[in-house]
Amino acid sequence: MKTAVIQFPGSNCDMDSWHVAQNLLGDAELVWHSESSLPKCDLVWLPGGFSYGDHLRTGAIAALSPIMREVKAHAERGGLVLGICNGFQILTEAGMLEGALMRNNSLHFLCHDVHLKVERSDTAFTNTYTAGDVLRIPIAHNEGSYYADADTLERLEQEHRVVFRYSTEQGQTMPEGNPNGSLNNIAGIINARGNVLGMMPHPERATEELLGSSDGFKLFESLLNSLAVT
Amino acid sequence: MKYQAKVYVTLKKSILDPQGRTVEHNLHRAGHSSITGVRIGKYIELSLEGELATVEAELKEIAETILSNPIMEDVRYALEEVSVTV
Repeated sequence: MKTAVIQFPGSNCDMDSWHVAQNLLGDAELVWHSESSLPKCDLVWLPGGFSYGDHLRTGAIAALSPIMREVKAHAERGGLVLGICNGFQILTEAGMLEGALMRNNSLHFLCHDVHLKVERSDTAFTNTYTAGDVLRIPIAHNEGSYYADADTLERLEQEHRVVFRYSTEQGQTMPEGNPNGSLNNIAGIINARGNVLGMMPHPERATEELLGSSDGFKLFESLLNSLAVT
Repeated sequence: MKYQAKVYVTLKKSILDPQGRTVEHNLHRAGHSSITGVRIGKYIELSLEGELATVEAELKEIAETILSNPIMEDVRYALEEVSVTV
């Protein structure tokens, strides 16, 4: 599987993402944000970080980068897109996923493990998980509070577009397990077509036991699996 | 013609503003107990040049689609002609 990891000025998970894409998915290339074309690839990965220093709004300026036109075209062709943390913020600002990521309700930058409940195991990103699995994966963000207006939220729920929810260790999606004030405990959503996933937690930082958790490993195994199936 | 634009971006009224709430709480602690409704936003200044109608349309477009995110923010803006002094 070939992955294009997009680098924006201020990306800081680009090399972690490249490492995982190269070693777990097979082949990866770094692509600078000002490029106007993508290499031939199966997956575009928008990594975490602080693109453009989070000026204006998180992800807002990166969403205007020349490469994002190509990322949109890749998604429209059915190509896979994964946005993690700042990558999720960029996807919402680019209009590729609904909603917005707002300042954490605690006003604190949060950098710790959270528990996530897997809501769907029928996506290209989660097909080796089982719905209801509870994962332990780190978050590292200041603007991770998911917001969408009531109609959008209702539509997302009706269409089963929430893939990951913050939960307690036992998998209860309640305020106690919600680190940042996200509506409906939303940690990650997918587009209607099922090829664009955005999530605030960092599965790439939980791919080896040495890192403290390997609960994110299956997300990448799922991607390989989805490619083998299609 | 040259114009100066002033753009104000605030969180939508329906959205809780944790920053505003914290400031309000601490204003109360500092003795300003009658203060309510603290909301924190952004103020952006920029200059534009061209025909008034074109400039107005351009300002509207950038204010509503780039300088603010309509999902979570409200925006208002004002345009002023800049008098050129020699």
